[in-house]
Amino acid sequence: MDKQDTSDHQASDARPVLEGPDIARVLTRIAHEIVERAKGADDVVLLGIPTRGVFLAQRLAVKLEEITDRRIPVGSLDITMYRDDLRMHPPRALARTEIPGDGIDGRLVVLVDDVLFSGRTIRAALDALNDIGRPRAVQLAVLVDRGHRELPIRADYVGKNLPTSLRETVKVQLAEEDGRDTVLLGVKQT
Amino acid sequence: MQRHLISAADLTRDDAVLILDTAEEMARVADRPIKKLPTLRGRTIVNLFFEDSTRTRISFEAAEKRLSADVINFTAKGSSVSKGESLKDTAQTLEAMGVDAVVIRHGASGAPYRLATSGWIDAAVINAGDGTHQHPTQALLDAFTMRRRLVGRDAGIGQDLSGKRITIVGDILHSRVARSNVDLLHTLGAEVTLVAPPTLVPVGVETWPCEIAYDLDSTLAKSDAVMMLRVQRERMNAAFFPTEREYSRRYGLDGDRMARMPEHAIVMHPGPMVRGMEITAEVADSDRCTVVEQVANGVSIRMAVLYLLLGGAVVDSKNVPAVSPTRIEEK
Amino acid sequence: MSKILIRGAKVLGGEPQDVLIDGSAIEAVGAGLSAEGAEVVDAAGKVLLPGLVDLHTHLREPGREDSETVLTGTRAAASGGYTAVFAMANTFPVADTAGVVEQVYRLGQQHGYCDVQPIGAVTVGLEGRKLAELGAMHESAAGVTVFSDDGKCVDDAVIMRRALEYVKAFGGVVAQHAQEPRLTEGAQMNEGVVSAELGLGGWPAVAEESIIARDVLLAEHVGSRVHICHLSTAGSVEIVRWAKSRGIDVTAEVTPHHLLLTDELVRSYNPVYKVNPPLRTQRDVLALREALADGTIDIVATDHAPHPHEDKDCEWAAAAMGMVGLETALSVVQETMVDTGLLDWAGVAERMSFKPAAIGQARGHGRPVSAGEPANLMLVDTEYRGSVDPAGFASRSRNTPYEGRELPGRVTHTWLRGKATLVDGKLT
Repeated sequence: MDKQDTSDHQASDARPVLEGPDIARVLTRIAHEIVERAKGADDVVLLGIPTRGVFLAQRLAVKLEEITDRRIPVGSLDITMYRDDLRMHPPRALARTEIPGDGIDGRLVVLVDDVLFSGRTIRAALDALNDIGRPRAVQLAVLVDRGHRELPIRADYVGKNLPTSLRETVKVQLAEEDGRDTVLLGVKQT
Repeated sequence: MQRHLISAADLTRDDAVLILDTAEEMARVADRPIKKLPTLRGRTIVNLFFEDSTRTRISFEAAEKRLSADVINFTAKGSSVSKGESLKDTAQTLEAMGVDAVVIRHGASGAPYRLATSGWIDAAVINAGDGTHQHPTQALLDAFTMRRRLVGRDAGIGQDLSGKRITIVGDILHSRVARSNVDLLHTLGAEVTLVAPPTLVPVGVETWPCEIAYDLDSTLAKSDAVMMLRVQRERMNAAFFPTEREYSRRYGLDGDRMARMPEHAIVMHPGPMVRGMEITAEVADSDRCTVVEQVANGVSIRMAVLYLLLGGAVVDSKNVPAVSPTRIEEK
Repeated sequence: MSKILIRGAKVLGGEPQDVLIDGSAIEAVGAGLSAEGAEVVDAAGKVLLPGLVDLHTHLREPGREDSETVLTGTRAAASGGYTAVFAMANTFPVADTAGVVEQVYRLGQQHGYCDVQPIGAVTVGLEGRKLAELGAMHESAAGVTVFSDDGKCVDDAVIMRRALEYVKAFGGVVAQHAQEPRLTEGAQMNEGVVSAELGLGGWPAVAEESIIARDVLLAEHVGSRVHICHLSTAGSVEIVRWAKSRGIDVTAEVTPHHLLLTDELVRSYNPVYKVNPPLRTQRDVLALREALADGTIDIVATDHAPHPHEDKDCEWAAAAMGMVGLETALSVVQETMVDTGLLDWAGVAERMSFKPAAIGQARGHGRPVSAGEPANLMLVDTEYRGSVDPAGFASRSRNTPYEGRELPGRVTHTWLRGKATLVDGKLT
């Protein structure tokens, strides 16, 4: 289920594939695509997947509000307890699930995450959504799609398609969490 | 945090805060239309109750079911235990059925510790109250209730109970709740005062990390929470105190005494309450009394404990922490 | 019977000497002895003591042969260097009649590993109400001189007074298990800091001390002697010291485990540490050692209390109280008293052989190591250190608190009236 690697020692060898302005630009593009495909986005609810998906969802919401001049409900969806690899790691601390006040029933939920890799996170997110309500439809927005899907899942909105090998790592850094915006491509240390 | 939860004294400050934080997330599940998580699907938990305790058993059972565990309830009454089967044989029989965790309530102090350390079984052991020793999930749910009320639901995340002044009143000598609370509250930075007639304070209490007082009135004004413990009427017959009336007058919480507590202070009780003995109906039914909240919080705390003990990989080595308090980023 | 020459043994820890045994008696003690055709035992470096005498053993027969029998218990005794043990009366049936005590006595004689001197119950069925036939037990073949309700306290002051008075007629002694029953209802361990934390019912020191205080005063009042079993607290030491200074005829025993172990061990909730009286604090342990050294406490007695595995392989509250002790007693005494410099080996002989034999009037035991005395002897290799392995015990039970603990000293030989019962650490 690993779609990114967080070990710090890899950052030194990693090279940026998206910088701050690139990230802002692709988020603007995705916001426009959402408005276009959702016919005005008047029933859109954005749910970010912790940690960095939440920040991306909040940034997308700001852009959507600029475009549509309406409040866009935004929340977070922690998928930890729906993961299929719980027994392969020590128990993880939980992150917050925050569903906007009006809920998700009958809405268009756009899941937002930073990197799409195996697809297992999204599978878990769909299960989690199922226990919370019944959206009209669910779509997926990701900053980076690095390929190597293990499940029949694809993103509706992609910031950047980044063909990678399994030896490579993709690390997204966002100002809210990491102090700067960048996407780094590195090589896995053995 | 260890593989087992035997004593509140085994928890570090970070372990305890992690459990409280996790419980806060679990509590949100109770607000959803589907109050269930798939987290412990395929795990089997036995509730092994050698003592009657409907409320604790139901609370654990609710927590286990919300996490999708398979639940086996075993009560001693009418079972092979009443025919003389030993704790060891009972535990081994249950483990042979493929149990991942044993939630045990036992009248003998130390029985859960023995179960966890004697090599009889491999399953995780969770103490649901042993004799007059410990009741760690009760202490956790009490601390959770205090943090919510005295620090705040959201403001409390990541926080302990530093500086909070907690008064625990009643039969300290026979109380596993008091022992667990003293340990946990001290770990969480609270200042604890125990109030009881001297007959109901254990010899040897001087090493406990708390103050002892024999006078309730002098402690009320400086308490953020006052926890009343149940006092069994039978204690009267063993000369622990002369009469019910005298006990109530000296150590019972009534409206007048409650009025002397600070505005923000809460009244707690682990239940079941003996109205008219340690607490009057007026206090028990007031907004400041958290008894019902404590019950609801009990389910969240037990979900958190079960998740943190069973939600991850089984750690074979006894002393390797099963819970790392770091938030894991990769997904 | 042929002759045995024990060569180069440090008799009572002194200079190496030879000891020649002829038949059942010591023929000579001295340097450079020789004897034609004698079997020679090389005892160089080892300490030779008179056969140890245990005033407080539970052999469990009749009634609890699943935990110990006279045979297995006396084999354990021989392994530990004992040549005489006093068997407590709390059997099933209780040893409160001449018939039961004679049976136990005869079983000991028949097996031949160690003399068994039965202790008679003070009261019928150990119930504390009615005196047992103390005179009849004394006059029986068993010749009972020590009476005790051990396991239970003779708590009724009038019954205790009468017993103390009555046994004067034939020079008997009452050995009191000092435990005020009301103060110890539901008691599980020493009452103090550890019990408060563990939530186990407390056994307060005062429950022992108040009975000892009462009984020494009773003994003084009626002019009897009294023996205090397994004294376990610093306060009890003070009371006995006071009583002796007053000239009261009181003797007292301490167990090996109370000289070494403390209630901190109970934190494990492992019932091998459950015993009555309970393990006390380090302060008590040090007071007991000092009292044993200065003679306030007269003797070491094992309170060897075998229990089957299932009675200890359970939760604390359900477990039986007691520890086996015959096979580790001398090692614990070496560890706590000799290696600490509190006692020399002559002092050990005094407290584990001469004095207990004198208190219990065990004929032929606790005698000096000199020509003409019965050859009740034992050899200990004091240089040895090893960890305790209960699998090697001769006792039927394994409930030792010392499993895996390294202790000094190993008993290699025991002779009962010239007959070897233990040779090179192996029972014959």
